[in-house]
Amino acid sequence: MKSKVTSLDTVAGVFRDGMSVMFGGFMGVGTPPLLIQALLDSGVRDLTLIGNDTAFPDRGVGPLIGSGRVRRVIASHIGLNPETGRRMMAGEMEVELVPQGTLIERIRAGGAGLGGVLTPTGIGTVVEEGKQRLAIGGKDYLLELPLRADLALLHAWEGDRAGNLYFRRSTRNFNPVIALAADYVMAQVDNLVAIGELDPDRVATPAALVDAVIKS
Amino acid sequence: MHAKELIARRVALELNDGDIVNLGIGLPTMVADYLPEGVSITLQSENGFLGLGPLHDTDPTVCNAGGQPCGMVPGAATFDSSFSFALIRGGHVDACVLGGLQVDEGANLANWMVPGKMVPGMGGAMDLVVGSRKVIVAMEHCARDGGAKILPRCTLPLTAVNVVSMIVTELGVFVFEEGKLTLTELAPGVELATVREKTGAAFAVAPDLCTMPLGV
Repeated sequence: MKSKVTSLDTVAGVFRDGMSVMFGGFMGVGTPPLLIQALLDSGVRDLTLIGNDTAFPDRGVGPLIGSGRVRRVIASHIGLNPETGRRMMAGEMEVELVPQGTLIERIRAGGAGLGGVLTPTGIGTVVEEGKQRLAIGGKDYLLELPLRADLALLHAWEGDRAGNLYFRRSTRNFNPVIALAADYVMAQVDNLVAIGELDPDRVATPAALVDAVIKS
Repeated sequence: MHAKELIARRVALELNDGDIVNLGIGLPTMVADYLPEGVSITLQSENGFLGLGPLHDTDPTVCNAGGQPCGMVPGAATFDSSFSFALIRGGHVDACVLGGLQVDEGANLANWMVPGKMVPGMGGAMDLVVGSRKVIVAMEHCARDGGAKILPRCTLPLTAVNVVSMIVTELGVFVFEEGKLTLTELAPGVELATVREKTGAAFAVAPDLCTMPLGV
């Protein structure tokens, strides 16, 4: 297995204006600070961010929102980052709110080769607007379409040089799922170990999905 | 007794030993403090674990569904967001307790946004109320301006349709008995006339209407 450990300067070459970027994390827990900072430093703009939430202004993807480089957000929660709401109300940024369980399944579908998912969540609410409702076995479901992105940014507690990743405690959240749904996958790894040192049973994201590893 | 404590104490009596329970942020979180003796429940945190517990040592890899530091009890289990919402939508969560802005005669719930004022996003709320076996709305009976929150029809955007099992307020307890909103308990010292005056919805009164038990 080849090492994918690289520098922030090298991965910054992947960033482009108008990219769609999935990120791991829940209120910043599980979001890779170094990779978010690198994206910010690169100056790219018109980004579409896809992830659970926009965290707090100073955590997770919060600083990206505050920088004005984000054109569109797809998330389940924006309430703890007032800057997201302000920019949405001012028309500077588009926000698509998606129920959390639907968002993660849309991403999973995008990464798993599925044409969509059927969920009862959102029926009879604004979430249903413009969507197909299907009755299966006497119960109604909404057809929710898959989501993919150009880039995924992961934060792992431990990982080997090839990109096998282990996520500690509640940092796992969206991380292993987005690794399947993006064309290019970058992981920030806090504790980097040699290939073969990570027990295969602990691997939540296999190296085969990871394109670049950055040591914290 | 403060209204919130009274509500939390009453809700706690609804939970059974061994239940998997998801408690919303705020008042619902207080329910865990008033469980009757001999009742042990497992708290689900939708960001990815079972076994939410009090904070002992701050661990940056652990947060609750509000993004705040928390603990995990012995025997806790972690997972990704896809699995977490499979637990929720798949009927593996026995009860969820959450706040409400409005509940109506059709067991519909509105608790996620006020157009033009508060648009935080639904987070996991829509999935939780659709998937949990029992949905308990724990809320103060009237809005801050004194207006009724239990209405013939919700006027705010819905979280979900026909999902509420029970409403607990500082004035009493309502259940949906064969689809009909029914008052089953009055809080100590509260008159039926007061509940009628402060409730917008039409409701039946249970033949065995009693005084709210409050546990220990």
